[in-house]
Amino acid sequence: MSTETQHAGTNVSLARRAWSIRRLALRMAEVQGQGYIGQALGVADVLAVSYFHALNYRPGQPEWEGRDRFYLSIGHYAIALYSAMIEAGILPENELETYGMDDSRMPMSGMAAYTPGMEITGGSLGHGLGIAVGAALGLKRKQNPAFVYNMMSDGELGEGSTWEAVMAASAHSLDNLICVVDFNDQQADGPTTQALAKGDEAPKWAAFGWHAQEVDGNDLDALVAAFDTARNLADPRPRVIICKTQMCKGVPFLEDREITHFVRVDPSEWARAIAILDDTIPA
Amino acid sequence: MHDAPIGPTSRRKSKYTPRAVPVSEDGERLTTSAMIASLDAEGRDTVAAPFGNALCDLAAKRDDIVGLTADLSKYTDLHVFAEAYPDRFYQMGMAEQVMISAAAGLAREGFTPFATTYAVFASRRAYDFIIMAIAEENLPVKIVCALPGLTTGYGPSHQATEDLAIFRGMPNLTIVDPCDATEITQATHAIADFPGPVYMRLLRGKVPDVLGEYGYKFQLGKAQVIHGGNDVLFISTGFMTMRALDAAKALKAEGTDCAVLHVPTLKPLDSETIRAEAAKTGRLVVTLENHTITGGLGEAVAADLMRAGIHPAFDSIALPDEFLDAGALPTLHDQYGLSVKSITDRVKSRL
Repeated sequence: MSTETQHAGTNVSLARRAWSIRRLALRMAEVQGQGYIGQALGVADVLAVSYFHALNYRPGQPEWEGRDRFYLSIGHYAIALYSAMIEAGILPENELETYGMDDSRMPMSGMAAYTPGMEITGGSLGHGLGIAVGAALGLKRKQNPAFVYNMMSDGELGEGSTWEAVMAASAHSLDNLICVVDFNDQQADGPTTQALAKGDEAPKWAAFGWHAQEVDGNDLDALVAAFDTARNLADPRPRVIICKTQMCKGVPFLEDREITHFVRVDPSEWARAIAILDDTIPA
Repeated sequence: MHDAPIGPTSRRKSKYTPRAVPVSEDGERLTTSAMIASLDAEGRDTVAAPFGNALCDLAAKRDDIVGLTADLSKYTDLHVFAEAYPDRFYQMGMAEQVMISAAAGLAREGFTPFATTYAVFASRRAYDFIIMAIAEENLPVKIVCALPGLTTGYGPSHQATEDLAIFRGMPNLTIVDPCDATEITQATHAIADFPGPVYMRLLRGKVPDVLGEYGYKFQLGKAQVIHGGNDVLFISTGFMTMRALDAAKALKAEGTDCAVLHVPTLKPLDSETIRAEAAKTGRLVVTLENHTITGGLGEAVAADLMRAGIHPAFDSIALPDEFLDAGALPTLHDQYGLSVKSITDRVKSRL
């Protein structure tokens, strides 16, 4: 398996990368006056570790055959992935203000046909992991050592198709598949733990034959360790990293707000949120 | 409540009415040839597993061909390919959603996957995965499905009577309903060469061979006149072309001259050929399909002719908009109007 890291030689800290992802997402949401900012702020650390520690890719060649595939099953998290891909140099920052507009390459829900680096069309939840199973089978057949990452939400744990894919990955010994679950305990109608996924997720995946880790998804060091373990594991199981994240992380006045699937932000508050980030730039 | 008929026009008696063993006119017991569709007229040539064998021929030439199934390789003839190319065969278990998604993933990585199951499971259970993971991205996945329309006596759980209607609404998807073994063999090669997603209905096991004698060659997207005729124009798809040819022979003997236009590609529809044939004056146009009257060939042709300002005398032979009965296939084909006799009776009533 590939162990090279894209940014091993750079001296920009992961904390700074996560900070940039948050700031880019806020700027994007400000354009539309709305957006899935709670999720983007929450998952920024996971994406920073993905794009600046774990993934192997070439920013100028999003379809490079040797790249690790990163599938965004949760289409509405596109705002977060666009931000990570802008920070990574895959997407141009000067198109940020087109987010969600007519003819934009950055639609509100991520689609493969619109955006360089967006591998699949997500949004119909419970699709990404199954497609990742097929890609992982295909990579093995081609003897390509790349990984397939599938980022999904805790709400998708309620989809039956997710568990079909979980079983298939295990049955086919897909050790080149890493599933990243953003567990922020928030789905459209309320807390995920009050719906189907009650929070005891790692033992379920393990029982299905996966190597399962649960980490604090806002702890960069813990995430680095978990991604390293998942990538370097010498056993034939597929791997899952369940990342417990906090919605709106990094902007205290939003963290304190009543958290919903679609966090309300008043027009004047975007600048306030960005100003708070600007007061806390990491090294 | 549980004794109520399922459909408003159900022919079923109460489930509390005792029944006798059914026998045919010549005294034989009528069994449910349920899993293997009995479409064979007596003495007709058949070919074994045309799809599985064609896929093996393809795989010998192309490394990108892979096969997937959701626990139905034996019942879609994919087992022939699985035995010949075990490392290119993926058993996805009884899980149609991940089978379709995985086919999409394999296609993303450059392969040409043939994914097989029954038509009911692909069209009903896996629809969201076919439309979003495959069709929206125009990936070259070939979905090949057995038991289309009324080709089993198992009842609605296995009878895909509305699959064409369901799939016709899906952008990017090409839909093929082949007639016989010759066409299945040729179409398997043709859809593999086509760069987009395809849904193909499948006849499996010992499949009748009919079109060979007419020198027919399948062309994706093309309707073709199998033979001409001055009184009636049959426009048919799938195995109903077999029935149309037989009905034409029977009617010819009674002095009615029927042309047969075979339309194996339902989408995109070959409007040009259909319009040209339907515009020839003086013929009754009759569409024939192994599918509900709702949303299949008949409605597609009728709407297309209306748009073109072509208004022939018109009728459609199709299954009713009902949940169909379980039973023996020949009985059901008679009952629901797909048998040769039903067709000739219907045509005579319209002339």
